[in-house]
This record gives sequence, structure tokens and C-alpha cells, in this order.
Amino acid sequence: MPLEIQEFNLSEERLEFRDTLRRFFEESSPITEVRRVMEGDSTGFAPDLWKVASEELGLAGIAISEDLGGQGFGLKELSIALGEVGRSLAPIPLFASAALAGRVVAAVGGEDADAFLRSIAEGEAATLAWVEAHGDWDPAAVRMEIAEQGAEIRLTGEKQFVVGAHAARRFFVIAREPGSHCDEGMGLFSVEANAEGVAIDAKESFDLTQPLATLRLDGALAKRVGHQGEAAPGIRIGLDEATALLTAEMVGGMQKVLETAVDYAAERHQFSRPIGSFQAIKHKCADLLIDFEGSRTAADAAVMASAEGDPERSLLASVAKSHVGPAGLRMATESGQIQGGVGYTWEYDAHLYYRRALASAVMLGDETMHQERLARLVASRRLEGAAQ
Amino acid sequence: MRREDTPEEAAFRQEVRSWLEANAELRSEQLAAPLDHSPEAEARAWEAMKVWQRTKYEGGWAAITWPEAYGGRGGTPIQQMIFNEEQSNFDVPIGFIAASLGMIGPALMRYGSEDQKKYLPAMLRGDEVWCQLFSEPEAGSDLAAVRTRGHVEGDELVINGQKVWTTSANFADKGFIVLRTNPDVPKHDGISFALIDMNQPGVEVRPLVTMRGDRHFNEVFLTDVRTPLDHVVNGIDCGWPVTTFTLMNEGAFIGMTVNSLTTATAMIDSARETGRLEEGVVRQRLGEAYARERVLKQLQDRIKASLLDGRAPDVDGSVLKILTSEWGHERAVTATWLQGAAGMLTGADAPGMGVWQDQVLARGSMAVGGGTLEVHRNGLGERALRLPKEPRFDRDKPFKDLKTSG
Ligand SMILES: Cc1cc2nc3c(=O)[nH]c(=O)nc-3n(C[C@H](O)[C@H](O)[C@H](O)COP(=O)(O)OP(=O)(O)OC[C@H]3O[C@@H](n4cnc5c(N)ncnc54)[C@H](O)[C@@H]3O)c2cc1C
Repeated sequence: MPLEIQEFNLSEERLEFRDTLRRFFEESSPITEVRRVMEGDSTGFAPDLWKVASEELGLAGIAISEDLGGQGFGLKELSIALGEVGRSLAPIPLFASAALAGRVVAAVGGEDADAFLRSIAEGEAATLAWVEAHGDWDPAAVRMEIAEQGAEIRLTGEKQFVVGAHAARRFFVIAREPGSHCDEGMGLFSVEANAEGVAIDAKESFDLTQPLATLRLDGALAKRVGHQGEAAPGIRIGLDEATALLTAEMVGGMQKVLETAVDYAAERHQFSRPIGSFQAIKHKCADLLIDFEGSRTAADAAVMASAEGDPERSLLASVAKSHVGPAGLRMATESGQIQGGVGYTWEYDAHLYYRRALASAVMLGDETMHQERLARLVASRRLEGAAQ
Repeated sequence: MRREDTPEEAAFRQEVRSWLEANAELRSEQLAAPLDHSPEAEARAWEAMKVWQRTKYEGGWAAITWPEAYGGRGGTPIQQMIFNEEQSNFDVPIGFIAASLGMIGPALMRYGSEDQKKYLPAMLRGDEVWCQLFSEPEAGSDLAAVRTRGHVEGDELVINGQKVWTTSANFADKGFIVLRTNPDVPKHDGISFALIDMNQPGVEVRPLVTMRGDRHFNEVFLTDVRTPLDHVVNGIDCGWPVTTFTLMNEGAFIGMTVNSLTTATAMIDSARETGRLEEGVVRQRLGEAYARERVLKQLQDRIKASLLDGRAPDVDGSVLKILTSEWGHERAVTATWLQGAAGMLTGADAPGMGVWQDQVLARGSMAVGGGTLEVHRNGLGERALRLPKEPRFDRDKPFKDLKTSG
């Protein structure tokens, strides 16, 4: 009997929602389909699947309010959907569009935000482009400056490691006022994908099922989102929310990795006994469970904190990301080991999850970045506490 | 998950807090003197623990979920949880008594006769403290291999053998013991569970010193020790279910209290004071320790949430036990690393009165006591993940024919 992991902190409605999505991805995006897209081109995008997922299931706008054409659910529901994407490796830009672009735009706000969110909810995929060649995930490290010509804003330069670039109809780009530093002068700008001076370079990516791209802008026309000089706090909140949501997606993959390994250990026989009866393998499986339990608990706490606007939102996002990243990589490594030679083949799916685990551990900051942020956050909180 | 108290719970919490404020001191953030592991200090600590137990009993807080008939409060697990949370802010000597009555109490309530249950109130008052006489030199992880013999003589059980690692046997008044009453049947079928008086001739207790330098546990030699037959719980040769039941309750106590002196936050405070928080590698290691602490807390909250909903815990207790043990030890090692060269010192000469050095040495209490990490990993594999058990050679043969170390 295959291992079935019991969910926690899910109401009956949410559990039903999860079941529906799981069936949907199993039927519409089995791993054979994922591989077909992966081997087809370098876009990492299945437009037909995305159309069904966003138009029929409404996933693109699941956390966007109904008056903007969304489903009016919250971040918890979005995290459930992302978990199923992580589990199936479905080649759709749900994370890029709904979590990354969607949350940052919603948090920055301003007059045009509603229209942007409406188009995201309709399935017009978007993504966020902010990291530059230096590879620093902190938006304060952005150097790209805007050029204003009369009422027009134009952007020139490169944004790296963009996820969901080929699916995106619109890019949200973080750039800054000329001569500004850190959070001051940080701004969010929308750029249409088909505008003049916009080019996408696919990158050969370690994660085969979610390739990255470089966005090259050459005087591309941009539109400011939110108010001048006021974007930074929203950008930071949006990125924290996206970080929490990313850990939920990662946990979806980790659950699949755990189930695969444990099922294999129970079925595969050597020396006339199931390999799972050997303690070396059994203890690896126990460690997979330990990593999985800690990770899903941390991811859930981070998502709930974001959903509720908890003041500990940033802190809990960093707790989750710093914990889930290395745990996911350990799990993918050991799960492959448990599967022996087949776990090392191209044909088996172990490497696809391994690749995703490594890339996701880096995306939005690796564990050292989040650990450092935690130490700073706790220290300043203690100082404030002492000052009161 | 995290949820607000209901109005009734909030009122209960307030009641607990007021009572604690009136009867105990808040925890301080610094040790005034190094930890004292001398026998005199241990005897004083034991007395203080008994006094606190009695104080709690008189306040009606000694065992919130136990029925009033046995000296409990007849309250809910949620109330017990609230009490524990509030109590953890105070400098009170909990520890062995709570752990011990958490094991034997539920076992007596479940398997004990009415006469046996009469021990419960004195246990709660702290008048009679019970020790756990399970492990033996030849029976550790493999507890069902106990050799200490019990013979029926008239209406008494006569006990001969040796126990080891018995926590606080040097102070305890009573003991619950696992015995071999029939060596001619397979190991699990010839075991009895009995209650004995520790203050009788034939019970010889020799303290063992741990690597920490304390006398945490003891060897206990039993020579013609007697206990009435009606002190056998669940009947002769039927002790194994009682034994496994108490072990289950032992696990439930693990990982639920935090000592504020040895938290990641305390480490971050001291790194800030010494300026070492400016180093990236220091921030990384402390950030990691902090994240682990929060994850552990979140896992505990999950267990609490299942209690609140009246469900079985949806995280296996062994996950918590393993993480509490491993992360706790690694945190302590990180803390001494943070001290640089001074990490080589201890006691009054070490930073923070050597509390971290003491924690480093305490590893075995969690990693071995209450079941080793390996045994808990077996449990996760077999219980939580339903992986097949290892082939066994000791299930069907009579106990007397089994192989041993000696
Ligand atoms: C602080 C402390 C307090 C204690 N208090 C009490 C008490 O109050 N009462 C009491 O009765 N006992 C007590 N114990 C004893 C404790 O329960 C045993 O030490 C423990 O169960 C391990 O038994 P052992 O020491 O004989 O080690 P062993 O069982 O001999 O183990 C030695 C090593 O072999 C490994 N091993 C053994 N079996 C397996 C297996 N099946 N699979 C994989 N690895 C295995 C162990 O994990 C360990 O690493 C206490 C121990 C400590 C450290």
C-alpha cells in the first residue's frame, strides 16, 4: 500500500480543493507531459495547461479579490495550489505570476495595481524581474536606473534569473531613481513583454522543469506602479509573501520525494527482504520524514503569518526559507540514494526533483542569507525591547 | 494553528498566572552562580522540588487532567497546556517528579486495581516520589530482555536482580519495576510490572556519576526484596502492555519546556554585546539556531493544536524527541564555539557561568535516556512510515534460550 501522508491544518473545504488539484495535475500534467515540455524547447511553459488552470480552475487569480476577477481566496489556498505544482512539476508560471508578481504588485498598490491584478487573474501571466548580474536577492542591491523623458519612463539593462519569463506577457521590474540608494528611490515598473526594446534570453538551467532567463531591456517603455518614492515597503512585503509561498511549493515536491522513497523502500527486495527493513535505509527514511515534518510546519506558519498580516511575517518567512531549502536538498539527495542505480538515471524522475530542490533552495535567497537576516531581525527586536 | 485563547481559556490563564505570581519567582535571565552538582546541592534541589510539588498540589494544580478522586483537578489537556506555558516563565524546580508521575500515574489509572490507585494522591502531593526501575545491564533498548527475577512466595513477590540508570533512585520512596516472572516462555510473555517500596532491606542504591558530574542515575541491587502480590499491576506475566504504555507517556513529556538561559535569542544577545554579530558566519550559525528553535516550537504547536481538537497528535513524538535532542546539542556546541578560546573553560570561569558547557555535556540525557535516537528512528520507520521490521530471532523462543552479551 503506498504511503499516504496526512495533511495538517487543512479544513475539509481546503482538503477537497487539494484533492481536486491533485487529480487535475495527475490527469492533465503527468510527468510524461512535464518531460515533453522540458525536452521540447527552453521555455518551460505549457500554454494549454496554463489556459485550463487559470481559466477553468481560476488558479491564476486564486488570491485576488472577486471584484478584480479573481477567486477571492487567500494565500493559504494559493499555497495549496503551489504545493501541487511543486509535487507535479507542472510547467506553468503559477509561482512567477500569482506569487511573485501578484503579491508584489498587490502590496505596492497605487492606481494601476487593480488593472494589473485583473489581468493576472485573467491568466495573462506576469513575473518579477529584479536580480542583476551580482546575484543579490535583496531589492536594495538593484542598480538599474530609470531614464525619464518628459512623461515617459524608459529602462535599459539586464535582469537575471527571471523565472517564468517565456510565459510572461508583462514584466514587473524593480529599478531606481537616478542616483538613489537602498530603499530610497526604489520603484516598481511594468514593461510589456512585446514592447520594443524587450528581449528574453533563455539560460541553460540546472532546474530543467523551470528554466530561467535573462531579460534584456534597451530603452523599453515602462510604467510606474504605485507612487514615486513609496514602493520599497510594498516590495519587501510582497517578496516576503512570495518567499513563504515558495516554501509551500517546495514542500509539495518534498512530499512526493518522501512518498517515492518510502514506497520504493517497502517494495524493492534485496537479500530476500524489502530494503526498507535494513536499518541504514529505514533511518534514511526516518530522516526524510523528520526533514519533511519540520519543513511543512515552517512553511505553513510562514504562509499563515503572511495571510494574516502578522508582524512576524518577515521573520517567519526567513525561518521557513532557511530551513526548507537545505532540508529539501537533503531529502532529494537521500531519496535518490534509496532508489539505487535507477535513482541515478535520466529516465527516473529523482533528478528532476533534485534539480528543483537545488534551484528553489537558492531562489529568493539561500539559507545563509536568511539566517543572517534572522540574526539581524532578532537582534534589532531585542534592542527595541530593551529600549522600551 | 496559533489561535487566541477563548474567553474561558483566557480567564483560566489569568487565574494560573495570578497564582504563579503569588507562589513563585519569575525566571531571571542570568545565572547568579555556576550550576552546582554536589550531592548536597542535589539533596537541596530534591527538597525544593518536593516543596514545589506540594505547593502545586495545595493550589489544585498538581495534575490538571487527573480526576479529582485521585487528587487531580478534573480539567482538560488544554488547561494543562496553559498551565505549563505559564509555569515555564517562572523559576520553579520541575523535572523529575513531573516526569515520573506523568509515567506511572496514567499507567495506574489505566491498568491499576482500586487499591493500587490509592497511591495516586500521595504521588501528586510529592510525599512519595516514584522511580522507574526498567533498564538493566543486559536490557537497555531491548527492555523485554530484563532478567531481574520475581518469584511468588505465598501472597508475596520476591525480587532478585539488578537495575541500572535509575534516575533519582537515591531519593525515591517507591519504584515501579519490570521483572521476569517466567523464563520458560518467549520474552514478552514472561514479564510482570510491580510496585515496590524502596525503603526496605535488600534495596541497595549506588549513585553513578554522569559526564556532567551530577549523580543523575543509580545502580539498584535487589536482594530478596518483597512486595505484596496485589502490588503486581495487570497480573503476573501480563506486565508488557503496562510497560509499553508507561514508555509512551515518557515520550509525551519530552521537548515541552524551554530554559530561557539557553536559547538562540540569548546567544544573539551575547553576540551583540561582544560585537561578534558583525561577522557573517556568526550571524549564519545563530540564525540557523534561531530558525530551528522556531521550527521546534511550531511542531510543538501542532501537537498542541491536535490536543485542542481532541485528536491524536498528528506529528509523531519521535520527530520532536530527535530534533530536540540533536538540535539542542548542536546549539550548545555553537554557543561554546561562539565563546572562542573561553569556550575551553567551564563553571565560574566560563562565560555565562558555564551553562552552555553543561548543556554540551548533557547530550546523553536526551540522546540515550528515554530511548536512544536510533531506537526512535526505528520507531519512525516502522510506526509512522510502516516500513517492514527487521527479521527477529527472539520472538518465539523461550527467554532462557536467547543469546546475550555475556
Ligand atoms: C539520563 C538517563 C536517564 C535514564 N533514566 C532511566 C530511568 O529512570 N529508568 C530506567 O529504567 N532507565 C533509565 N535510563 C536508561 C535508558 O533507558 C537506556 O540507557 C536506554 O534505553 C539505552 O539502553 P543502553 O544504555 O543499555 O544502551 P543499548 O541499548 O545497549 O544501546 C547501545 C547502542 O546500541 C544502539 N542500539 C541498541 N539497539 C538497537 C537497535 N535495535 N537498532 C539500532 N541501534 C540499536 C543504541 O541506539 C545505542 O547507540 C536512563 C538513561 C539516561 C541516559
